[in-house]
Amino acid sequence: MPSVQVTTAARVVRPAGLVGRVLENHHALGVMMVTPALLILAIFLAYPFGLGVWLSFTNATIGQAGRFVGLGNFRYLLGDSVFRVVVLNTTLYAAAAVVCKLVLGFLLALLVNREFRGKRIVRAIMLLPWIVPTSLSALVFYWIYDPTFSIITWALRRIGLLHGFINYLGDPNLARASLIAANIWRGIPFFAIGLLAGLQTVSPTLYEAAAIDGAGPWQKFWFVTWPVLLPLTVVVTVFSTIMTVGDFQLIWIITHGGPANATHLFGTLAYQRAIQGGFIGEGAAISAFVLPVLVGAVMVSFHYLRRE
Amino acid sequence: MRRSALTSTLTFYLPLWAFLVLLLFPFYWMLVTAVRPNKELYNLSLNQLWTSHPTLQHFQKLLFATHFAPWLQNTMLIALGATVLALSCAVFAAYAVQRLRFRGSGVIGVAIFLSYLVPPVILFIPLARIINELGLWDRPAALILTYPTFLIPFATWLLMGYFKSIPVELEDCARIDGATRVQVLRHILLPLALPGILSALIFSFTLSWNEYLYALVFLSSTGSKTIPVGLATELITGDVFQWGPLMAGALLGSVPVALIYSFFVEHYVAGLTGALKE
Repeated sequence: MPSVQVTTAARVVRPAGLVGRVLENHHALGVMMVTPALLILAIFLAYPFGLGVWLSFTNATIGQAGRFVGLGNFRYLLGDSVFRVVVLNTTLYAAAAVVCKLVLGFLLALLVNREFRGKRIVRAIMLLPWIVPTSLSALVFYWIYDPTFSIITWALRRIGLLHGFINYLGDPNLARASLIAANIWRGIPFFAIGLLAGLQTVSPTLYEAAAIDGAGPWQKFWFVTWPVLLPLTVVVTVFSTIMTVGDFQLIWIITHGGPANATHLFGTLAYQRAIQGGFIGEGAAISAFVLPVLVGAVMVSFHYLRRE
Repeated sequence: MRRSALTSTLTFYLPLWAFLVLLLFPFYWMLVTAVRPNKELYNLSLNQLWTSHPTLQHFQKLLFATHFAPWLQNTMLIALGATVLALSCAVFAAYAVQRLRFRGSGVIGVAIFLSYLVPPVILFIPLARIINELGLWDRPAALILTYPTFLIPFATWLLMGYFKSIPVELEDCARIDGATRVQVLRHILLPLALPGILSALIFSFTLSWNEYLYALVFLSSTGSKTIPVGLATELITGDVFQWGPLMAGALLGSVPVALIYSFFVEHYVAGLTGALKE
């Protein structure tokens, strides 16, 4: 009868000192490892977030702590005609820009999802507007919108469609449209690359199955592509909405909120009132109006992320 | 056959080219303006889209008659500093949240994700006060410490995705052979997550390089500014036409990120799509 020899398992030898034991405890090690990140986020993100909410209820100015004034700032702002324009501008800017970016970005994603020569290079260079510093491309748009030397005006005059000049940034509505166009230009690649990632997760066998069932191109899109893409589309759109509502640099560089305060968004008006004008409390209250958008966006994205 | 060639031109090549022209024209315009001499720039009877007398006078003016050189130096220092700080925090945070299922790790993961959604527009006014109280006003440290607030959440989220894709068995094997948790991280996970770390590095560097609002608010003296802020505030001076140097600056300020990006484009796209899928 063969005997089975049992040996004790080789004991794993790990450092036994206090430091070694702490490093082996996954609770202790975990806490130690997240501490640096959490410390920075607590001091420079969570604390200012709270401080900002507090400041929006005070009449603080530069150099003065200020005292609690309740809803004073908010009541004042709601009666302020410039601020009312800001609310309208933000709604218009976000709605128009996000819808156009979504539609155009989706079209671009569908185009580059095909097989064609030069696919890789096209996918690479189409991201450029999103890669380069926005403030620098905003300068180019400022130059493109020059009242005299605008290249658009020059081209239109050259082909005979226009005889005078266009003052792109001098007229409120034209200025808004010009800013929205610049924002769309910058945001198309973000949507395109995000949705392209989604398109590539759609398994070809699904299309084959749909084709066998007699689906045409529209039906394939509507019953195969769209359901797979929807959650990602929601996440990308929510994210872009937050960024668009919180936009600052395009507006500040191209129009400074002008002409006559007609193109301000929350960010630029808050900067003008708090940093340039010194009314910290009022500026913080203006910024605080971005919060409902943020909360709404977080709820929507959580809803969809949970379904995933 | 001809019909299908026509259809593919109309439904594919035409829109694709339209997109490319639309997306790339501002860069072309930047380049052309940067090399056209002044007497051509402001003469509308000439062809605006081309020049037969390219010049470097705008670059010369930009480099020797403005503060572009110190701006470049500041931008580089701040972007590198913020990236190193953010990534060294993010690597450990991502490993801890993803792999060490310690008490509270789930909540911390969600908190880090949420902090990614907070736009700087909400934070810059209170942050200005905090920066002032810490005595960091007009110093590079103000930005090196605040940029990680948007870099850490992003990099952590991206790296968590990478760590998740590495099989746990590899870690278990090393553990059975007696490796400590720190050794596992150093010898198994970090080398395997290198592509992810590289993507996070590129992203963080470009995000810091491009940042505008905090740099505009926290830096005030001309010499301490970054390129994005310096160009827009110091070279747009009322009535004087500075478009040549301005576009030369925009070009030089875009080139570093475009170069980094072109070298690592595969990583970049993979990292981006990975982060979006997470």
